[in-house]
Amino acid sequence: MPLAPAITDLEQLKAHPAIARLLAWNPAAVEGAKFDREEMSIYVERSSIREACALLRDDQACSFNFLSDVTCVDWYPSEPRFEVVYNLLSIPQKERVRLKVRLSGDAPAVESVTSVWPAANFFEREVYDLFGVRFTGHPYLRRIQMPENWEGHPLRKDYPVEGYR
Amino acid sequence: MAHLTTMPTLDPGQDRTMILNMGPQHPSTHGVLRVILEIDGETVIRIMPDIGYLHTGIEKTCEAKFYQQVVPLTDRIDYLCPLTNNLCYCLAVEKLLGLEIPPKAQWMRVLLNELTRINSHLVWLGTHAMDIGALTVFLYCFREREDILRFFEAVSGQRMMTSYFRIGGLALEPPLDFFDRVRAFADRFPSKINEYENLLTANPIWLMRTKGVARITAEDAIALGASGPTLRGSGVDFDLRRDMPYSSYDKFKFNVPVAQEGDVFARYQCRVQELRESNKIVQQALDGMPSGPIKADAPKVVLPDREKMKTQMEALIYHFKIITEGFSVPAGEVYQAVESPRGEMGYYVVSDGTAKPYRVHMRSACLANLQLLPAMCEGRLIADVVAAIGSIDIVLGEIDR
Repeated sequence: MPLAPAITDLEQLKAHPAIARLLAWNPAAVEGAKFDREEMSIYVERSSIREACALLRDDQACSFNFLSDVTCVDWYPSEPRFEVVYNLLSIPQKERVRLKVRLSGDAPAVESVTSVWPAANFFEREVYDLFGVRFTGHPYLRRIQMPENWEGHPLRKDYPVEGYR
Repeated sequence: MAHLTTMPTLDPGQDRTMILNMGPQHPSTHGVLRVILEIDGETVIRIMPDIGYLHTGIEKTCEAKFYQQVVPLTDRIDYLCPLTNNLCYCLAVEKLLGLEIPPKAQWMRVLLNELTRINSHLVWLGTHAMDIGALTVFLYCFREREDILRFFEAVSGQRMMTSYFRIGGLALEPPLDFFDRVRAFADRFPSKINEYENLLTANPIWLMRTKGVARITAEDAIALGASGPTLRGSGVDFDLRRDMPYSSYDKFKFNVPVAQEGDVFARYQCRVQELRESNKIVQQALDGMPSGPIKADAPKVVLPDREKMKTQMEALIYHFKIITEGFSVPAGEVYQAVESPRGEMGYYVVSDGTAKPYRVHMRSACLANLQLLPAMCEGRLIADVVAAIGSIDIVLGEIDR
């Protein structure tokens, strides 16, 4: 099966229930969307991620009630450098959607979604630990995989694979 | 939901309570999990899991390897279900490439995945029962597990670190008598499950240690990101194999066991029933195994047969190119989830168009399930903590990566 080209035009994608719901709530919250390889990604404006998550969780039509995963991608050296990725799953609808927030490389911070899904607790701690992205409002933002006194954030692209020696 | 997010402020200055470290070298923590308990007598007031002792930076290592070189790393994440990890990674990269996998390879993947699930559940059952004090079950379970490890050795040459699934198909044809041996095993295995159940399911000591212990409601389980038997034990009827099928699972008939109580016993029931269902899937896979190739027709991605390399120039060139410079994957990103024995195992793979993955992230089912521990154990006895840890079936290699 040959790959279909990705659709990035918001006009074509706005029928998707999650995008429609977000646009109806606040058009400024949706920065863009991408439909690629049968997966939907929505770029959400940085300050509205927590509310967007709560909205999608409680909405009757899409009900993305399960947070599968939170992770991050470092696009060093381009800006905005970090992309925090939220993989949402709807258990009733059996569908997935991916929310993304772009963050600048200079003191990256985004609001925590632990108040929406307590599951985000460990995931966000891991992103903080390995990428150095701060989650404001997180109840216990401490390193989780690396030792407490570790310097640097290993999964950043400017951190060498062998570590600093 | 605030009761699920408050983190403990462990304060040793208080008079009544004391802080107790369980682990990291405690046999009931299944690896190197450290659990910090604040206790009042025998009662657990607060509990905090401390992880990271097995962190080896696999995600970072993946970024420095070619796509096909990542497969052996995925074995080492969850050492109880290496083939599930192989499958999930291969499916993710195949989705990125847009590769079509031949039916025989898909069915072999299903067959081996269910054997892996049986293998993993047997280790869980044995160790979980041993934690609670039923030592005999362990020996029974490892007897059957040995048979399954021999199957893995027969197909891949390795008992545990199999790397048998490759991007585009399978590494090798299974040996000639493989299917007969698996069938003999699948025929006798249900009677073995009866043996385990005879030892436990109606055993009054087992029931007292597990019934009503470490309860979790369906709402809390979903909010905390639980998946797999831990979620189904709380009455949520969701299984990725049935509800979002991959690798031809939609062609198999099986039930998804669900229990309503949300306690240790409910999770035990789910997993034991899953052993029977997995065995059914194994039998269906043997009955309907298609014939045909085991690798996709994609010479730039899949290594050529050894025989062709000796006779055809192109095959030799492709082999040389794949080994020395890998193959490039079109830019994009994919999140692929499979139902591992522990829950939703997900691989998030980002490609920038080169021969090495830009980012590989593993969504670990155990990491999310471990977050249930405080909700399960607070206000209960220390001995119940051991039962609760066993019942969420953690593998620390997968949590720490």
